Amino acid sequence: MAEPAIELVGIDKRFGAVHANRDIHLRVEKGTIHGIIGENGAGKSTLMSILYGFYQADSGDIRINGTMASIPDPNAAIALGIGMVHQHFMLVENFTVLENVMLGVEGAPLLKNGIAKARAELKRLEREYQLDVDPDALIEELPVGLQQRVEILKALYRGAEILVLDEPTGVLTPPEADHLFRILEQLKDQGKTIILITHKLREIMAVTDNVSVMRQGAMVATRKTEETTVEELAELMVGRRVLLRVQKGEAKPAEIKLSVENLTVRDSRGVVMVENASFTVRGGEIVGIAGVAGNGQSQLIETIAGIRTAVSGRVLLDGQVIDITGAADPGELRDRGLAHVPEDRHHMGLVLAFEEYENSILGYHDDPLYLNGPFLDLDAIQADARKKIEKYDIRPSDPRLKTANFSGGNQQKIVLAREMERDPGVLIIGQPTRGVDVGAIEFIHKRIIEMRDAGKAVLLVSVELDEIRSLSDRILVMFAGRIVGERDSDASEGELGLLMAGVEQQEAAE
Amino acid sequence: MESLTTILQLFDSTIRLSVPLLLACLAGLYSERAGIFDIGLEGKMLAGAFAAGAAATWFGSAYIGLFAAVLISVALGLVHGFASITHRGNQIVSGVAINFIAAGTTVILGQAWFSQGGRTPSLPNDARFNPINLPGAQALRDVPVIGPIYYELISGHSILVYLAFAMVPFTWWVLYRTRFGLRLRAVGENPAAVDTAGVSVPWLRYRAVICCGVLCGVAGAYLATAQGAGFVKDMTAGKGYIALAALIFAKWRPVQAMFACLLFGFLDAVAIRMQGHPLPLIGEVPVQFMQALPYILTVVLLAGFIGKAIPPKAGGVAYVKER
Repeated sequence: MAEPAIELVGIDKRFGAVHANRDIHLRVEKGTIHGIIGENGAGKSTLMSILYGFYQADSGDIRINGTMASIPDPNAAIALGIGMVHQHFMLVENFTVLENVMLGVEGAPLLKNGIAKARAELKRLEREYQLDVDPDALIEELPVGLQQRVEILKALYRGAEILVLDEPTGVLTPPEADHLFRILEQLKDQGKTIILITHKLREIMAVTDNVSVMRQGAMVATRKTEETTVEELAELMVGRRVLLRVQKGEAKPAEIKLSVENLTVRDSRGVVMVENASFTVRGGEIVGIAGVAGNGQSQLIETIAGIRTAVSGRVLLDGQVIDITGAADPGELRDRGLAHVPEDRHHMGLVLAFEEYENSILGYHDDPLYLNGPFLDLDAIQADARKKIEKYDIRPSDPRLKTANFSGGNQQKIVLAREMERDPGVLIIGQPTRGVDVGAIEFIHKRIIEMRDAGKAVLLVSVELDEIRSLSDRILVMFAGRIVGERDSDASEGELGLLMAGVEQQEAAE
Repeated sequence: MESLTTILQLFDSTIRLSVPLLLACLAGLYSERAGIFDIGLEGKMLAGAFAAGAAATWFGSAYIGLFAAVLISVALGLVHGFASITHRGNQIVSGVAINFIAAGTTVILGQAWFSQGGRTPSLPNDARFNPINLPGAQALRDVPVIGPIYYELISGHSILVYLAFAMVPFTWWVLYRTRFGLRLRAVGENPAAVDTAGVSVPWLRYRAVICCGVLCGVAGAYLATAQGAGFVKDMTAGKGYIALAALIFAKWRPVQAMFACLLFGFLDAVAIRMQGHPLPLIGEVPVQFMQALPYILTVVLLAGFIGKAIPPKAGGVAYVKER
């Protein structure tokens, strides 16, 4: 058998306490498209950054075409024929296509000759791979699909034989994605080796020859694509089934508390993130939204919580319309009884540099309860924080401790205590147990069930399918911004997995 | 004829006054185009002026003074670079620190070395940059209109004036026609793109900071050994800040920077000429008002007349590889 284009042997990488890559072994054969799949944070991007010389592995070897390679910086990777198309484009937006392609390989100190050469070479690449794009167009005026094409051209211009694409379809529309796959096929036919990193199962099945699955920093399996199934990959990706069956009684759904009608949301680049979503949540029930990360769940709950603006649609809270096109004031929504536990507690839920008691009232700081005239009533706030610490078993039980010094699980409890203790009518929870230790998971799940039994409407978003299945009374599945199905809580994992992968929807379309 | 002479004199002093602004402004352009905000132009210029004054006194040569000015200004620039590039410190804080260091040290050293209250001794003419009479200036002098313009306005400046204006097309050429310029502009917009293209971001930014230091040094030497005859305490008098305003005004482009500096130099020239001359209807305008005019103009024009001035996107932000 020929030497593999890339062979990684025992790659290991830590960032402080985070073990991003654990003893990774990977073989990528020449002239194939090799998929690397895994959930967000599984370590795929870190691994590829090591291959591209962005980071150094703590230990392990890299072999390119059978010879040991040391890749201290991107220059070395380029010299070895490795090209990378980053998830966030590495383009200078107010430069032309030509300038971007040339950057770093201008040829001579003066641009004059380099420009002519680059223009000719670009023409040749365009012809050979049908990658046509106007060399004099400004990047900022090109649609994202073409910007990505420029990234590919950049790599080819540098003589890449191995092309790594990191989540290339995240920003693309479906037709653009299909076009990209055709380009990849063509590159493969020309003998290039391609690594495709994604968390989308459909893409893996559509274009790859082999697929490797990563989970929590480890490479858990490698399969021939034709010999595997979406179901198997999904299970490998999510991991062994943790039995998280929570004790809970029958739901007693009451009146509709939250209703979402035809909601459409675009992100700042104009890509549709949520498309025409409609659903309701009643008091006394938990509605779970399942889906692979990045399919619009985040945008959906952020819009309902008043953090994002919607393009169209309506959201009603207790029958009253929420202003979603001008971004409703989250504070006003809190006053109306909508509490939100954000998906990312570090980014949105907490100020890590604050002391615990300060975070325990964040967002509710103008409640008269915590005020003494125009001033904060620190005694009252700290007394209140102590109560929450006790009730939620937050450790260490010190309201004056800096929040950054609490563990992930306890930080999450600080946020949950803050939002739940306000006795909201509607509770939106994103990723309630991400990065939370097992003991705290059980506690958090119990509190969520208690909220339901107290008659609250709970909207739950989680990428942990087990969590969704064990907590929810009804399950909505999101795929590519759309709600593609609704199932009862006893739906099988396989059935939900297929919905999450957009398989059923695709079949229906065919 | 009388009024033509007056106007020519006004323009002539406009050129003289705008030269330090122009040099500092172009200095800032190199640095900021590479993503390093530099509020320390003022301090570098001041330190350069002092070094030029002191070295010219000791060695009796304006060129050694110029060399000393460039050396000390580049050294301060490297301090700024070390703080903000290598150690990713706050660029504003680092720049302000340089301004303070320069303001204090020049006076202390000046007093210690020359005991003249912080100034350097008055330089004789042969230790200064003297006006150069361009060929034919005398001969053309009496030709109507063209003669006075050539004689008064174009001829009769020191070499540094011509250098400053020559730097404008040169800077344009460097920015848009060389590999260094392409990378410089790129690193100020998206350092990650430069890094992934295999080009060292720190080294590129250091070179930009050095370019900035050289030009600030020349500006300082101009003040102490061409325009003046020795260093005087606080002789930059805020020119570094006006140069920054001009840079914003010019949207970080060299040719526009020249016009912005000429405009500010003109206002300065008018302010000097107006001293003690009452205006019709208004009466005598306080000199402070005239001195404030460049700043007022900057605010007013930036607020609505020149459109949005978009700084280099990565300006002021230290580059850290994303995790």
